[in-house]
Amino acid sequence: MIKGKGIPLAIAFLTGVIIIIAFFIPHSPFGSFEEISLRWYSIIAGFTMLLGVDSLLRLHINKIRRMDSNWQYSIILLAGFTLIVSFGVISTVHFGNAFLTGSEFMYLYDNMIIPLQSTMFSLLAFFIASAAYRAFRARNFDATLLLITAIIVMLGRVPIAEMISSKIPLFTEWIMSVPQMAAKRGIIIGIALGGIGVSLRIILGIERSYLS
Amino acid sequence: MKRYLLLLAVIFCAFLLYAQDSIPADSNQVQIYESAIELTVSDTPNDDGRSLTVRWCADDSLKNYLVDIHRIENEKDTLILASSAASRGLFTDNSVESNHTYSYYGIFSNGDNSYRTVTSEAVKAKGQWFNVSRLDSFIALLLIAGSFLWFINQAKMGKKLYIRKISGLDAVEEAVGRSTEMGKPIMYILGIGYVTDIPTIAGLTILGRVAKKAAEYDTRILVPSYDPVVMTTAQEVVKESFTEAGRPDTYRKEDTMYITQDQFGYAAGVDGMMMREKPGAIFLQGLFFAEALILAETGYSIGAIQIAGTTETAQLPFFVAACDYTLIGEEMMAASVYLEREPLMLGSLVAEDLIKVIIVIILIAGFIFGILGPGMKIDLFNNLFDWLIRII
Repeated sequence: MIKGKGIPLAIAFLTGVIIIIAFFIPHSPFGSFEEISLRWYSIIAGFTMLLGVDSLLRLHINKIRRMDSNWQYSIILLAGFTLIVSFGVISTVHFGNAFLTGSEFMYLYDNMIIPLQSTMFSLLAFFIASAAYRAFRARNFDATLLLITAIIVMLGRVPIAEMISSKIPLFTEWIMSVPQMAAKRGIIIGIALGGIGVSLRIILGIERSYLS
Repeated sequence: MKRYLLLLAVIFCAFLLYAQDSIPADSNQVQIYESAIELTVSDTPNDDGRSLTVRWCADDSLKNYLVDIHRIENEKDTLILASSAASRGLFTDNSVESNHTYSYYGIFSNGDNSYRTVTSEAVKAKGQWFNVSRLDSFIALLLIAGSFLWFINQAKMGKKLYIRKISGLDAVEEAVGRSTEMGKPIMYILGIGYVTDIPTIAGLTILGRVAKKAAEYDTRILVPSYDPVVMTTAQEVVKESFTEAGRPDTYRKEDTMYITQDQFGYAAGVDGMMMREKPGAIFLQGLFFAEALILAETGYSIGAIQIAGTTETAQLPFFVAACDYTLIGEEMMAASVYLEREPLMLGSLVAEDLIKVIIVIILIAGFIFGILGPGMKIDLFNNLFDWLIRII
């Protein structure tokens, strides 16, 4: 008798096994199973977006209602949410599609959202500098090795390296394509096997922490 | 008189009808010449029987011509590919039905001249019961699944299995304890992956263990999410962990919240939360891209103990530089096993290691054959090297 966690475990097992079978058997009805599953996922994901919006709005409305610390930011969030939704609706009414160039929604997207995204992305340059400073401090042998390698690789990527010695860019290429690539491939093999391990543990019901 | 007029009208109508028939449908249509251009059709291999592959091969003199491919089914002519610029080419017709018979022909045209290929033989679209091109994957699956089941069985029989120390995972308890002592919450970031991504699934399994520890220590756990499906799953995982720890009353649904599905919007939102809530410990476990360092550096700036883990090799150096502990690739996948220490789960890790040993042996063999074969021109090793490349 399947009880409690038994039903979701059975569903996970059957789905996993069918997906594996479908990978090797293209014949109907297996061939289209993955495609159908992904379609189901898209439909479910569409509905969960409502849950996401509900979670976001509920959290910030409660914050304002209770006047929690920093509640003022929640007003800005709600105002931003209302503004972008209104512009989306207005653009759909005007143009039939909110994503058309020249629509009010795209005006807001191009002039507010994209600059904000670019600002966040550009912060990365400063964060790389601060992280590199800490990582490259020659505290021990490993860190010193990292520092020397990083200097060679960075130098090999700019034109001045060619002026110092034509060997530096070649050495940079060697570092990137031999020791770096070997380590990277080792990690990738481990990740692939780890992925198979996680999948098999879930399919066989050994790994159950994802179940509620 | 009426009769004559009626007769004249009938003759006139008949003439009009005849005239209409004799005028070509398109007066500008170019004369089409029969030619011996080859056009072959075959059933597409390893498919579900809903496609046919059409190949054509014209002389180089027709390289400036455009080709239209037509399909004939029960005398019904359908244009399926219009104006392809290739004189030699291949087209997969995915609009056919399984077990139906079709034939094809093509028309090469440059505006002045047109040549019609021979009509192909009628071919039936059939589905296959095994994808032969995936035979190697099938053998690998049998090998991997077999070793998994073997070691899981060994673990069931009570055989002691060893797992090496992973300091990043040993630090989980320390991180949760530190947050508790400081009276600060824990933040668990699942990255910008979806629930269909393996790193996100691995992150969710680790979340279960961390949330259980947090519940035992009576510490808040904040889980800002990028995807609503991940958010819903994370809510359930945290709720279950609090229940398992015997503290369902302290579970707060709103602590696992949705932020946005915009990559940098998410980074900004999580950074803002970090600066306001000042968590004592931050876990970054999942799929991360360009936002990885933005999050990790902000976490560093607030002095939180950080344990990161991802499968994205491009982001691993950033985590190593900015976080206290980093789970590199497979360590992240093994995290839930390590934290749980259940014998059955340990069995699956030993199986992974066995496969890794086999891969290393194949790599070393390839390395040796590669030097002795193509490098030193020894035929035996050369053949072995080629064989190894083929099986890999």
